[in-house]
Amino acid sequence: MILNDLNQVKEKEQAAQKKIVLRCCMAAGCMSSDSKGVKEQLEKAVADAGLQSEVEVRGVGCMKLCCEGPLVAVDPKNELYVRVTAENAPSIIAALKGGKANVEQTDPDAAFFKKQFSIVLANSGVVDPERIESYIAADGYLALHEVLNEMTPKDVVETMVKSGLRGRGGAGFPTGLKWGTVAKSPGAKKYVICNADEGDPGAFMDRSVLESDPHSVLEGMAIAAYAVGADQGYLYVRAEYPLAIARLQLAIKQAKQMGLLGAGIFESPFNFNVDIRIGAGAFVCGEETALMMSVEGKRGTPRPRPPFPAESGLFGCPTLLNNVETFANVPAIYRKGAEWFAAIGTEKSKGTKVFALAGKIKNTGLIEVPMGTPLRTIVEEMGGGAPDGGKIKAVQTGGPSGGCIPSQHLDTPVDYESLGKLGSIMGSGGMIVMDEGTKMVDVARFFMEFCMDESCGKCIPCRAGTVQMHNLLDKILKRKATARDLAKLEELCDMVRNTSLCGLGQTAPNPTMSTLRFFRNEYEELLQPDTFGAGATHPQTVTK
Amino acid sequence: MAAKTLTIDGKQITAEEGETILQAATEAGIKIPTLCHLEGVYDIGACRLCLVEVTGTPKLLPACTLKVAEGMEVSTDTERLRKYRRMTLELLFAERNHVCAVCVANGHCELQTLAYSQGLDHVRYEYTFPKWSVDNTHRLFGMDHNRCILCTRCVRSCWHIEGAGTKNVSGRGGKSRIITDLNQPWGDSESCTECGKCVMSCPTGALFKKGSTVGESVRDRDKLEFIVNAREKKQWNA
Amino acid sequence: MSSNSTPVETPPAKNGTQAGHASGDKRFKILEVHMKKHQFRHDALIEVLHKAQELFGYLEDDLLLFISHKLKLPPSRVYGVATFYHFFTLKPQGQHTCVVCMGTACYVKGADQVVEAVQNELKIKAGETTADNKVSLLTARCIGACGIAPAVVYDGTVTPRQTPASTLEKINQWVKS
Repeated sequence: MILNDLNQVKEKEQAAQKKIVLRCCMAAGCMSSDSKGVKEQLEKAVADAGLQSEVEVRGVGCMKLCCEGPLVAVDPKNELYVRVTAENAPSIIAALKGGKANVEQTDPDAAFFKKQFSIVLANSGVVDPERIESYIAADGYLALHEVLNEMTPKDVVETMVKSGLRGRGGAGFPTGLKWGTVAKSPGAKKYVICNADEGDPGAFMDRSVLESDPHSVLEGMAIAAYAVGADQGYLYVRAEYPLAIARLQLAIKQAKQMGLLGAGIFESPFNFNVDIRIGAGAFVCGEETALMMSVEGKRGTPRPRPPFPAESGLFGCPTLLNNVETFANVPAIYRKGAEWFAAIGTEKSKGTKVFALAGKIKNTGLIEVPMGTPLRTIVEEMGGGAPDGGKIKAVQTGGPSGGCIPSQHLDTPVDYESLGKLGSIMGSGGMIVMDEGTKMVDVARFFMEFCMDESCGKCIPCRAGTVQMHNLLDKILKRKATARDLAKLEELCDMVRNTSLCGLGQTAPNPTMSTLRFFRNEYEELLQPDTFGAGATHPQTVTK
Repeated sequence: MAAKTLTIDGKQITAEEGETILQAATEAGIKIPTLCHLEGVYDIGACRLCLVEVTGTPKLLPACTLKVAEGMEVSTDTERLRKYRRMTLELLFAERNHVCAVCVANGHCELQTLAYSQGLDHVRYEYTFPKWSVDNTHRLFGMDHNRCILCTRCVRSCWHIEGAGTKNVSGRGGKSRIITDLNQPWGDSESCTECGKCVMSCPTGALFKKGSTVGESVRDRDKLEFIVNAREKKQWNA
Repeated sequence: MSSNSTPVETPPAKNGTQAGHASGDKRFKILEVHMKKHQFRHDALIEVLHKAQELFGYLEDDLLLFISHKLKLPPSRVYGVATFYHFFTLKPQGQHTCVVCMGTACYVKGADQVVEAVQNELKIKAGETTADNKVSLLTARCIGACGIAPAVVYDGTVTPRQTPASTLEKINQWVKS
């Protein structure tokens, strides 16, 4: 494969483009509402109407408005059908010749779509994730070609530094800096790992990217591997995402066949292989050192850092770890330039962020917005506010490691620093909207129970501390706790946060601390008067 | 090996490159509390008792895995650290059923000793009173899960020193448990060499030698060090 | 990293003969081919456990011992890994499985009520199987279907926007079958 071949694939694909394209969402959300059946019936209806030469029915990835699925878009008519059933197919095809289909539509120019700015999701809902040609037609693998042929690994790292991209897994570590460290670490063998163990309950951005545009992640990983000097990559995907795994396997196979992965990519001396490792249901494996233990086939327990994976990671070799969204940003940065990317977003948070909008909100689905977009724009304009005229109470970001942002702070711009100041985190992108009916102490207990169940058990503060904090929250909810219990809870939050070994324990108190900060009254309302000696709060003496 | 100069608790000390803060402090006569650390087996930084403050680093770091660096300023005994250490111990006492009065290790238990040294006289957290079993199937040794603090010293000595891999941890979180082979009764274990190193490593009364009185059940830690030195450094002086 | 790049013959162990399994069950042979594909590498343990669960439905002791012998890993390691990851189950599941997603989005939209309804109907707790071995009720930490919350997975099929009533209807079909 050389540039010429790549262009030929692209031209051939473009030449085969039919006049009308029906894009049919084939991501997991819509598939659960039988979008596969819809696609089959649409194909049949096209054949019945003898329109095969003019109309293509294309299975595509996520079209973002998940709550209205299955979705079918018609190009170039700019129509978007919602809640399509297999029986609707003939009506949609009949309407192609004029007239109106007897199927509900939504406005593709509504704020939910118009306010989006797509980099990561640019191909999502457009290309066919199961055909590499479709990705190549959208300029796929051009960036990899340019990187391999015209840039030294050092240039590649420098471009990444200039772009200002920060890790999208949650902590926001500068990606260029990470690449530079791994590149400089001595070692003949290095690894690149893509963290696709999207464990935050309420987050599905990475799943959608993998299901909708797997090649962008593979291309990003290959560029990163060239930059740091790695020849082996691992994609660590959670077992709960079977469709994403299947599409990745297919994508890797197709890329290998075309010489875009494997030995001598683009006929250069650069080799890069990618293997999939399937997670098995452990949230802690999202933590990088635990993830590497799991790739090595062991119990996914984290270890203290330093040493950092960049120096000593997988099998003791220098290892670069980024998450799905981070890698998916990479090809666009090299195709369009670091300056272009750096111009998007805010001073310290560049580019866009994908959020999974869910919970008590009208429009649930995927949104990608420039960093710095106010929360209000996201939940009120794009999300359409709480359903049935309800009132939004808080927005939860960062899952079990994040916090609840109360409605009075909705004008906060989403960037790493602003969310941090409010005691929450950017996180990987889960955004759960809560309305007036949501009880914040219950939310705190929900997340604490999650952390308690997901604690690996290695370090004492996280293993035993989450149990005690959960019991205290439970006691408060059952109206059996006193002010002294609340003080104990707060003290434990501080201790577990500062003494736990890994990110899971260090952030486990966040949902509790943030709800205490903004909704303290909800806790206090549940407290009982403190009558020392009468309650179950006797100090227990160490038996001797 | 280059020498590194650093400050621990205001005391200027020199340490060899590659040494941990715990080693450097011990050599300088500064005692840092530890529990999962065991001389001779690799460190995992799990118990969090040896956490120290390092100037310029916002996070607390475990002394047992932190390597010395030039110009480092370390504090091992601040008010904040003492408070966290007490809380960590309290959490351990509340986690399983530690009843010193009826324990084989009473009087030479590291958990008990640490609690005294940290000034812990009561536990403020509610005891969870979990139901754990005792495995008495082995002809020489016993395991009482009620007294286990999951430091994994037994697991590490079994894998690292003896090399048998008989012991491991099963489950996770608060449900973690030390197992023998395929979660079998210890007495049925095929791989156990009956070397007793796990018993020697246990800081509490969770692993014990059968038939010994409380007075006799002092751990023979020197034996462990002797074996490690013999196997790794080829030095046989006891 | 330790790997056995050339698969050598495993000495006859009490639970496994040289090829496949003493029971003659073909699935052991398939599993062994899978292990060979991974060159019996120790780091393939989780991949092998996935395959084993796919073939047998759950991981019983005999199966774990077989894997331990073939990969030449201590049984304690195999058991430790199998119990660390919640995706692996060491007990047989019922004929039907109902997995209620308890991710945040599903939770705030009432997934807890769905679980409660099923628990009350079947008189079992989440994670358990009915006495007649017909239905297993499980909860998941988030299946990434937040856009269609609350989601329930019936025998592997993700179903959107469930309520206690719709779930009970489905469960009762199974119970009556």
